[in-house]
Amino acid sequence: MDPMIRLILAQGMLGLNNGVFYAMLSLGLAVIFGLLNVVNFAHGALYMLGAFLALILYSYLGTWIGMADLHIGFWPTLILAPILVACFGMLIERFLLRRLYKLDPIYSLLLTFGVTLVLQGVFINFFNASGTPYPGMPESLKGVTNLGFMMFPKYRLFVIVFSIIVCLAVWFMIERTRIGARLRAGTENPELVKAFGINVPLMVMLTFGFGTGLAGLAGVLAAPIYSVSPLMGANLIIVIFAVVVIGGMGSIMGAVVTGFALGLVEGVTKVFYAPAANTVIFLLMVIVLLVRPSGLFGRQG
Amino acid sequence: MSNTTSEIGEFDAEATSPEQKTRSRAAQFVFWGLLLAFLAAAPFFLYPVFVMQLLCFALFAAAFNLLIGFTGLLSFGHAAFFGGAAYIAGHVLKVWGFPPILGIVSGMLFAAALGWVVGALAIRRQGIYFAMITLALAQIVYFFALQMPFTGGEDGLQGIPRGHLLGIFDLNDPFAMYYFVAAIFLVGFLAIYRIIHSPFGQVLQAIRENEPRALSLGYNVDRFKLLAFVLSAALAGLAGSTKAMVFQFASLTDAHWQMSGEVILMTLLGGMGTIFGPVVGAFIVVTLQHVLSGIGSWVQVVIGATFIACVLLFRRGIVGEIARLLRISSL
Repeated sequence: MDPMIRLILAQGMLGLNNGVFYAMLSLGLAVIFGLLNVVNFAHGALYMLGAFLALILYSYLGTWIGMADLHIGFWPTLILAPILVACFGMLIERFLLRRLYKLDPIYSLLLTFGVTLVLQGVFINFFNASGTPYPGMPESLKGVTNLGFMMFPKYRLFVIVFSIIVCLAVWFMIERTRIGARLRAGTENPELVKAFGINVPLMVMLTFGFGTGLAGLAGVLAAPIYSVSPLMGANLIIVIFAVVVIGGMGSIMGAVVTGFALGLVEGVTKVFYAPAANTVIFLLMVIVLLVRPSGLFGRQG
Repeated sequence: MSNTTSEIGEFDAEATSPEQKTRSRAAQFVFWGLLLAFLAAAPFFLYPVFVMQLLCFALFAAAFNLLIGFTGLLSFGHAAFFGGAAYIAGHVLKVWGFPPILGIVSGMLFAAALGWVVGALAIRRQGIYFAMITLALAQIVYFFALQMPFTGGEDGLQGIPRGHLLGIFDLNDPFAMYYFVAAIFLVGFLAIYRIIHSPFGQVLQAIRENEPRALSLGYNVDRFKLLAFVLSAALAGLAGSTKAMVFQFASLTDAHWQMSGEVILMTLLGGMGTIFGPVVGAFIVVTLQHVLSGIGSWVQVVIGATFIACVLLFRRGIVGEIARLLRISSL
């Protein structure tokens, strides 16, 4: 195989790996935005919280409760941590965000920004700001596998496949099931849905929990790849915002596809001009704004 | 923006009675008096560099308020103008040997040009998207500041000379520098005051209150928004350039998104859409940061909690609440 193509494929795979996180986070943002009309700035911080929960459950919890040998491994964490993050999200919704729905949506953005600062500040105080590696990667996913054009870490391959399945499942749930139908109806006309006897405030709370749970799940998946640091979500959320502006928050599938695609683009940019890899998504956002201001999948208007 | 009720700078739109007018005049008079007295006397009982820092951030917040408070646009990227101008001013002062005023003007012009580009892109979307776009574009500026050779990367741009004002006054003297900064603050603040009370400013407020109606009255809303954005960016640049000269130092912190958040907090705390609110808010936030500097990154937690408290309980801000108690429409 031509070495250039090989290099592009290899960087593309690594880019796709970042795309996983863009897709899962912008998916959560889109789900929340659809029903609540809230842009959750804290999404990055909740992703960070997910990663820290993985680290805490594996390395710290045992010592804290006096059972030094207790290490809650990756697989249980993959279920446990998102649920905990979702609960935390629901508390935020129930006690803070709910008071702001009648106001301009920028207030909920500012509120979640405040939540971000608090979470970040707390974790910076208790953990190393420059990051701690997650030691709990499962044995079965250690090592590399041959993709034909490159040797690829098994774990990263697992993350890509797993998150594609998760994204498809979320899409299926929202677009094809009864619960999803109620959710979409709530997005269109909450008053009417209320009149049908559906508990809309509860639905809103669960939706926010679900969206933030996705962020927590992404955090757990990220923990073995990147080092777990209090600032890991801060820079990511800004990229996610650009992804959301490019894709538009109108469609679930749009958010997912844009996320993966932009990860890929970012990866391939590294091959051609590495310093631009940080900014390529933002520059694409500029082009989209000039050509199609409502976003690739956004509703025109 | 959607037609949800906007509370930003919201006041009773009812006709003001003569009595209210008198009260409003008196209140403004008191605030102006307090401000001028503070400006004249502060360096005698406070550390001058600290007061200069207060003034730079007060001007920054007042410039930001022109956008959020009087046009209804939430920019989440104002650090790009503040920090960007600081780098440009620092570079021309240090490397090109520009005199102080020209250096500050250079930074301001850069911020204005940058504001024109960012504003032109961001006004293509509304409401919450506007905030996200400005945040993302400001991040490009941040990456430039991190990677360009002249900015000094992580170390920042150090050793910016203060020079001699008009070739006469040595600005290395803290008092000379202080009154120079106080003059810049006053010029910037008066410019903002003038803009708000001009016919142009009235149109901006009409856009804030009801954009479709302003549009149907024949105002070119996008042009007004863009001009407001450029003015706000330029004044934020004025504050940033001045800060670079005061501290003789431009750093990544000035251009970081957290700085964009801090200026929002200052404005929110003091009162969005009030004249004196941003100044009060900036004084409180900066003082708080100084007082709490001993507790490390708990400061961030305090700032975040203040944010949450302001949004939930205190959306009018301090000066906005005072105006409400006095039942007057602008303060």
